[in-house]
Amino acid sequence: MSKHAFAPVALVLLVLAVVPAFAANTTINFLVSALIVTLAAQGWNLLGGFCGPFSFGHAAFFGTGAYVTAVLQSRYGVNAWVGFAAGIAAGALVGGLIGWLSFRAGLRGSYFALITLAFAEVFRIVANAIPLTGGATGLLLKLDVRPANFQFASRAAFAWIALACVVAVLALSIAIARGRLGAQFAAVRENEDAARALGIDVLATKLRAICLSGAVTAAAGGLYAQYFLYLDANIAYGSWISVEALLAVIVGGIGTPAGPLFGALALHALGEATKLFAGAITGIDLVLFGLILVGAIAFAPAGIAGSLQTLMARWRR
Amino acid sequence: MSLLDVAGVTRRFGGVVAVNAASLSVPEGAIVGLIGPNGAGKTTLFGIISGFVAPSAGSVTWDGADITALPPHRRAQAGIARTFQIVQPFAGLSVVENIAVGAYLRHPRRADATRIATAIAHRLGLGAMLDRPAAALTVAGRKRLELARALATGPRLLLLDEVLAGLNPSEIRDIIPLIQAIRAEGVTILMIEHVMQAVMNLCDHLYVLAEGRMIAEGNPVTVCTDPMVIEAYLGHGAAARMQSHA
Repeated sequence: MSKHAFAPVALVLLVLAVVPAFAANTTINFLVSALIVTLAAQGWNLLGGFCGPFSFGHAAFFGTGAYVTAVLQSRYGVNAWVGFAAGIAAGALVGGLIGWLSFRAGLRGSYFALITLAFAEVFRIVANAIPLTGGATGLLLKLDVRPANFQFASRAAFAWIALACVVAVLALSIAIARGRLGAQFAAVRENEDAARALGIDVLATKLRAICLSGAVTAAAGGLYAQYFLYLDANIAYGSWISVEALLAVIVGGIGTPAGPLFGALALHALGEATKLFAGAITGIDLVLFGLILVGAIAFAPAGIAGSLQTLMARWRR
Repeated sequence: MSLLDVAGVTRRFGGVVAVNAASLSVPEGAIVGLIGPNGAGKTTLFGIISGFVAPSAGSVTWDGADITALPPHRRAQAGIARTFQIVQPFAGLSVVENIAVGAYLRHPRRADATRIATAIAHRLGLGAMLDRPAAALTVAGRKRLELARALATGPRLLLLDEVLAGLNPSEIRDIIPLIQAIRAEGVTILMIEHVMQAVMNLCDHLYVLAEGRMIAEGNPVTVCTDPMVIEAYLGHGAAARMQSHA
């Protein structure tokens, strides 16, 4: 991220940090949902934005993070924080597995998108069927409000934890973008043959990207499970999160560290606003998302973050 | 002892034999040229040396070790850098970022990689466009970028695939001393080139590939008067006609 975009990002983060202290529960609910989607989108961005492979099935990671966090607690009595950490590790593992199978076979572009979609759907169907995940009735986490149990009396506390995760991944993304790994990701994204000729192990680089990506998106799933204390297969592995993760990145600015944050906030704000005005029409927010996606690709391919940079550069001149 | 040895390498694409039992060797510190008519298999042979194309038969030896099965990125790490005849810039990255990707191979820190990339860019006359996107470069600029990126990996052997093609005579005059300077620093060079002025100026040793076979080798002057070579370019009987006109 260049210096130009730093100020707006800092401003947004400051607002997000202060608001939970005063806001009503509905506002905090909105914030937490937006931050969870931000985190999932940050995961998507590390793979699709930085390194290139375009995933249409990040639900596979989100759901894995959510289910591992929840199942370990409810079935095996594992501490919630430990479960959350295990969920993140499981996300990285699933990322490695999907990546190893598909990248080794040379799948790219829409073929890779399709295979990720297929994995997410298989996971959804399996989670919907087996007893371990509670099958179609879903999984209810026991209410036990203790910080040691990753449950808080105040919703604000949870919003801050989600924000801390987002900031941590933002810092990680900036560090990656500015370093050798980021250069290798970008090289693989732009031209695999040229990357190879310059000594980059393309398969290993893509595997690193998808493991990181899976871990971050799984963290979003774990947060979801802890906040809402309920999961079913359509929530955890449903295509909604795959779509929102990539939509937030495209609208926010693909390949930019701050893009997912801008995109997720903007989309959620717009979604809530439309539901407020046209709530009677079911799915109207999805129609709007579709229109925004078309508009973003046609008129602002660099997204909010990219457009902001251009605007600020122009303003300085 | 030679730095690179290619022994009896063959590559078939279906029924087509692109490279047929070709051998060559490149001594350390030399500039060796590889010429031949279009479609002779020069670029395929480069692909085999750099690891992008697997040979159907034969072997490639690097610094005494058999590297026939080594993947391209491992060969780059070992010190073999190549440029592409059809330039392959990282179009979305700036010029300095493009070169830095090469420099990161041996310099993990951003500051070092950027410093080296900047220095190489200045040296190759790209200093004025460091922050321009690679996609904005002219053909000559992109050729220089290919060379810059390969050079940034700190190679022992540089494989140049027609870096002069598409450049005008004054640009070629600018680049020839540059290639000589690179060699003077101890980088061995193997180049595919059609621009004979450059080949005659630069190369210590020349190989000629035609229809996949190595038909001649030797010092540039002898090779260019070899009747086999003239006929490979100009057709059967051409050498005899040139003799009678002389």
